[in-house]
Amino acid sequence: MKKLFFALCLLGYGTFLNAQDYFPENAGVKVNNNNYTAFTNAKIYVTPTQVIENGTLLIQHGKVVNASSTVSIPKNAVVIDLQGKSIYPSFIDVYSKFGVEQAKKKPGRGRSAQYEPSREGYYWNDHIMPENKAIEKFTYDDKEAKKLREAGFGVVNSHIHDGIARGTGVLIALNGEGTNANRILDDRSAQYFSLSRSIAKGQSYPSSLMGTLALLRQMYSDADWYAKGNATTTDLSLEALNDNKNLVQIFEAKDKSHDLRVDKIGDANGIQYTILGGGNEFERIEEIKATNAKFILPINFPDAYDVSNPYAVDYVSLQDMRYWNQAPSNPKVLADNGIQFSLTTYDLKSPSNFKQKLMKAIEYGLSSTKALEALTTVPAEILGKSNEIGSLKAGHLANFLITSGDVFDKSTTLYENWVQGTKSVINSMDVKDIRGDYKLMVQGKTYDVAISGEVSKPKIEVKQDTAKLNSKIKYDDNWVTMSFATKKDDKTYRMIGAVTESSDNLSGRLVLPDGTESKFTATKSKSFAEKESEKEKATAAKNIVPVKFPNVGYGFATKPKAENTLFKNATVWTSEDAGVLENTDVLVKNGKIVKIGKDLNAGGAKVIDATGKHLTAGIIDEHSHIAALSVNESGQNSSAEVKMEDVVDPEHMGIYRSLAGGVTSLQLLHGSANPIGGRSAILKLKWGEEADGLIYDNSPKFIKFALGENVKQSNWGSYSRFPQTRMGVEQLYMNYFQRAKEYDTKKKNGEPYRYDEEMEVLAEILNGERFISCHSYVQSEINMMMKVAEHFGFRVNTFTHILEGYKVADKMAEHGVGAGTFSDWWAYKFEVNDAIPYNAAIMQKQGVVTAINSDDREMIRRLNQEAAKTIKYGGMTELEAWKMVTINPAKLLHLDDRVGSIKVGKDADLVLWSGSPLSVYSKAEKTMIEGVTYFDLETDKKNRDAIKKERNDLVTMMLKEKSSGKKTQSPKQSIKRDFTCESL
Amino acid sequence: MKRLITLIIALGLALPAIAQQTPGDKQTEAITIEGATAHLGNGETIESSLIMFEDGKITFVGDSKMRIARKGKIIDATGKHVYPGFIAPAKTLGLVEIDAVRASKDEDEIGDFIPHVRSLIAYNAESKVVESMRPNGVLIGQIAPSGGLISGTSSIVQFDAWNWEDAAIKVDDGIHLNWPSTFKQGRWWAGEDPGYHPNKDYAEQIDAIASFLKNAQAYGKSTPKEVNPAFAAMKGIFDGSQKLYVHADDEKQIIDAVNTLKSNGSKEIVLIGGYHAYKIPDFLKSNNIPVLVQFTHNLPVFDDDDYDLPYKLPKLLVDAGLLVGIQNSEAANFQTRNLPFYAGQAAQMGLDKEKAVQLITGNTAKILGIDDQYGTLENGKSATLFISEGDALDMAGNRLTHVFIDGRTVSLETHQTELWKRYMGKYEGK
Repeated sequence: MKKLFFALCLLGYGTFLNAQDYFPENAGVKVNNNNYTAFTNAKIYVTPTQVIENGTLLIQHGKVVNASSTVSIPKNAVVIDLQGKSIYPSFIDVYSKFGVEQAKKKPGRGRSAQYEPSREGYYWNDHIMPENKAIEKFTYDDKEAKKLREAGFGVVNSHIHDGIARGTGVLIALNGEGTNANRILDDRSAQYFSLSRSIAKGQSYPSSLMGTLALLRQMYSDADWYAKGNATTTDLSLEALNDNKNLVQIFEAKDKSHDLRVDKIGDANGIQYTILGGGNEFERIEEIKATNAKFILPINFPDAYDVSNPYAVDYVSLQDMRYWNQAPSNPKVLADNGIQFSLTTYDLKSPSNFKQKLMKAIEYGLSSTKALEALTTVPAEILGKSNEIGSLKAGHLANFLITSGDVFDKSTTLYENWVQGTKSVINSMDVKDIRGDYKLMVQGKTYDVAISGEVSKPKIEVKQDTAKLNSKIKYDDNWVTMSFATKKDDKTYRMIGAVTESSDNLSGRLVLPDGTESKFTATKSKSFAEKESEKEKATAAKNIVPVKFPNVGYGFATKPKAENTLFKNATVWTSEDAGVLENTDVLVKNGKIVKIGKDLNAGGAKVIDATGKHLTAGIIDEHSHIAALSVNESGQNSSAEVKMEDVVDPEHMGIYRSLAGGVTSLQLLHGSANPIGGRSAILKLKWGEEADGLIYDNSPKFIKFALGENVKQSNWGSYSRFPQTRMGVEQLYMNYFQRAKEYDTKKKNGEPYRYDEEMEVLAEILNGERFISCHSYVQSEINMMMKVAEHFGFRVNTFTHILEGYKVADKMAEHGVGAGTFSDWWAYKFEVNDAIPYNAAIMQKQGVVTAINSDDREMIRRLNQEAAKTIKYGGMTELEAWKMVTINPAKLLHLDDRVGSIKVGKDADLVLWSGSPLSVYSKAEKTMIEGVTYFDLETDKKNRDAIKKERNDLVTMMLKEKSSGKKTQSPKQSIKRDFTCESL
Repeated sequence: MKRLITLIIALGLALPAIAQQTPGDKQTEAITIEGATAHLGNGETIESSLIMFEDGKITFVGDSKMRIARKGKIIDATGKHVYPGFIAPAKTLGLVEIDAVRASKDEDEIGDFIPHVRSLIAYNAESKVVESMRPNGVLIGQIAPSGGLISGTSSIVQFDAWNWEDAAIKVDDGIHLNWPSTFKQGRWWAGEDPGYHPNKDYAEQIDAIASFLKNAQAYGKSTPKEVNPAFAAMKGIFDGSQKLYVHADDEKQIIDAVNTLKSNGSKEIVLIGGYHAYKIPDFLKSNNIPVLVQFTHNLPVFDDDDYDLPYKLPKLLVDAGLLVGIQNSEAANFQTRNLPFYAGQAAQMGLDKEKAVQLITGNTAKILGIDDQYGTLENGKSATLFISEGDALDMAGNRLTHVFIDGRTVSLETHQTELWKRYMGKYEGK
């Protein structure tokens, strides 16, 4: 019966919609409902900033006719009096999965990688799917729509959340009636991208973030080439990408640093993406602001960690604790910085959590107006639909909420959510507010009853004298059901009564524990009022700890600045012909070394007494993988198109720890998965700067190559990828370089060519503009690589690892290649069986410029000690040994005119040591880059105390959170994967 | 077929013509070392020392001013340094030759409770990795199996031997137990969060260990009709003739380990790892637990830790009055030759240099129970010692001129020095 009634209701309302008027009608006579509905006496938010205190909203045919204080109500209008209530435009979610069938994870297919695409007639990479259309996978989901409407949403924009290029979305009005003909507001609502591979596709490329970014660059360039009619084959993906060019472009970045990465890709292709953020944008707000992008923000703020077990606290980092504390302020910080954003439910377990999370953002300072904009006008603007949705201006869809008051107030009730003029009742407006204090009489005893909570979902507390009794309440359709159990004998009393307009008291049937029926009366003594203290607590300023640079332990409160500094009376290791100078001063001005000598005048510079201490140039690590978000693009055997510069992680603790070991510069190398790896990032360890701030200006261009077991995939069960032998490695190089040569010739001759980033990079090598740092172990392959280079008329710049370099040191010297090697590593795999710690000394003696490098996040912290081992193994002098970690790697990196030694005019990248830098007993006391002190032993000590204190403060806050009954998450130690060149 | 060929090639190349250096002959002539700074391994030094040994035993340790007859061959070591042979505990040296070549690995047997599995019989006395220890002063090692919960039984060997029988100093000295982790890393490759989360099976795993110990103890009290090799192998743990080496790092692990093992009859417990041991020195002291602390050239476990926490762990424990040695059980075997520099690093953090020497000599010998013969330069002890041109704990100073094990003169050549000389010869026409 109820179902039938409901169906009838739907039909009744359905007649508001006239969209299908050209459809034949066979179920009755054809009618249109041309009546108006007028909502009067309401506070109407036409837009977040245009508010009518006592106005009328007039709608017809699912659209707003007028909303103002002076609406003349037509005669054929149904009038609904909303005295004391408010009307808001209903919410819009730009980033939903609603109704669109999502991709399913492809079951694993063993260890054998799939290198080829699975599709024909589409782009060569399966993860590029701009041809996908959400509309083709769309089925209206009534259940989910109801949940979204209950959370206040009227329109959602949905798409297939899978792959790197994801195709177009669909904009849906959550209209519970009618058909998709009404609901679909746009079937090509936007074009979507992400940094994540398709879960449904198995193609191995791209396996890394940097591969993904390279793929996106190539995709855009190919699309342009295709659009110009250069292709001889059909590519439905590129066609779709070009067709979708004029749509709104939305990119899922999900992290502050990814926001910047994708914005850069957009800039290079003349696209301003709207970016789905990660919630941590506040940590780098200046850079985020500079993107000029609009953002879609998740508000799935983390729960506090359960830190009640003191041992478990060790595992939670300050970074994670801080994030819990700071994250809810993200929307506020963006608002304060004038960045436009909308809010999304996409990563919430259920839309029903939305309000609670939103309230939290508001508690943390987001204004109601900004919150409302983020849910109405801004998403409408993002979607280019400001003339249709997002406000209650005339002509807009009649999508609105009726509430008991401020929509963002905790105690406000959402009564109705109208979509396209169709009513959905969330909470009945006719429900009488029964909240308040009562005196209940039962069998001659008086009980104190307090009813609180929401109007339609009240809570009850029953007390006998001061003892709290177990009690329950239910309030439906104007009937209230209550029960309580006595303390002593656990006997249950049950009551039911009808709520009437005429009396504020509750009365009705009472059932005694023994089943006897009787009557009860509860006399209202006081109406419900929100406790002031609770309200205050909610709006009180939150204790938000300050953001650091970077926002992890040992970050700076403010970014440090360069200081003019005079190091007085030091033992100066110049790494130049001058050798070691005793009792010498070094003057640093504007980030450069300006004077070296005795008794120098400080001239206003800060003076550091370096008596008894040793001053050296900063250590340079020619081979490192710290501070990277990924290290290998292993999806293909050649990956020259990828750039380590794309994946620099400026928050990696390895940076700080390396500074503490006197390291100032390093080459962040691609790994050794492929014969042709990726391009390097050459970094200065400027702790606190954003990723790009770490990369050298005018950085020399490098690329990683690799030989031997890793590129042959010898040490794991992979037998399908070429090359499997050293013979194949040579042929791969010959082939790639030949193709690059032909490509370059075409380009130089002005012939038409398809821009290929990989070939561009290889051509740079052929033209002597880019240098190779080649991972190598055994003498045969070392020799081979040099011969390949000679064949194509270039020179290998550096062999790294090069553990059998000593066997061909004479040939290396003749070729003119340098070496970066371990001091004493061996025996970890078959090809290092003949590795000897005398390697560095032999190569150096044969005239090969030799550096000691780390390829290891621990060893990088003590490269000074590793350099000292060349004295033990092979009899290097102290000066020669020291050069192996300073000027020699600088030479290998073509940076010796800027860093690597203490010389007037060079960058002030300096380390002050407690003793000889080659002694195991010495430690770095200060590490400076371009005049900025990035590590200082004294500051470090203060940081330790500060970290302890801040951790304790946050733990105290989290314990409070737990004891107040809030949800917590179990403690965990977040791990950034650490890389060596073998990591995949 | 292809695999077989690979194997043959691997064997062919992995065991080339050059085998290990020939072990030294038994000492026949007395040897006197004069003038060196002697680091005795007990915290003391003798500036200009006189050391004599005969038949493999030290017969005199004193000042070179002593007017006493110098015996046998005299080595003038003025300006040099003498140390007792350094000792590397809890290593798989000789059990693994090349980490990435499975065929060369013998350190980890199948099974969670396999104390009956013995390292000694798989110890390769001719390992090229083992011989590379000696030029750095590392002359003795405890060879321990790894993996599982109870990995097996270790033995202590010296590094100049024809075979494992010759090498053995102390056979089946102890049993190694890996205490379960309180936090476990997510399998990132399977799509899990790569972070560490509380180990849900922790209590169950501890219970399994306790149950095994109880059963082994009960078994030992009976005269069993059927032999249970795993239970039988535990006998020494309960009568104190063998030590139980428990690998544990965090505070809860350590406390649970000591309490569980003590209450289940383990007599001699040694803690290996002990990252958080510095937080509970009193607990360890009152339970009489020595610590073979993790090596200093390691990274802090937690981001917020002091950058130099691993550097100073030994000092923190020594300052707290514990008996401490250094091990690098988690590092690759070849790294074990850097043992002296790990001790040097501890001295960088302010630990007295001679106390740093103790971390790899006298203390370790005491912890392993071989201090009656090894670990210090003392009258009557084994002449297992070496001469270095400089400070052996400092990279640049660690240049050895003489090595003796049980009085035998040990070659300082290795596979690596031979290659060095061969190629220097090539380039310099020698």
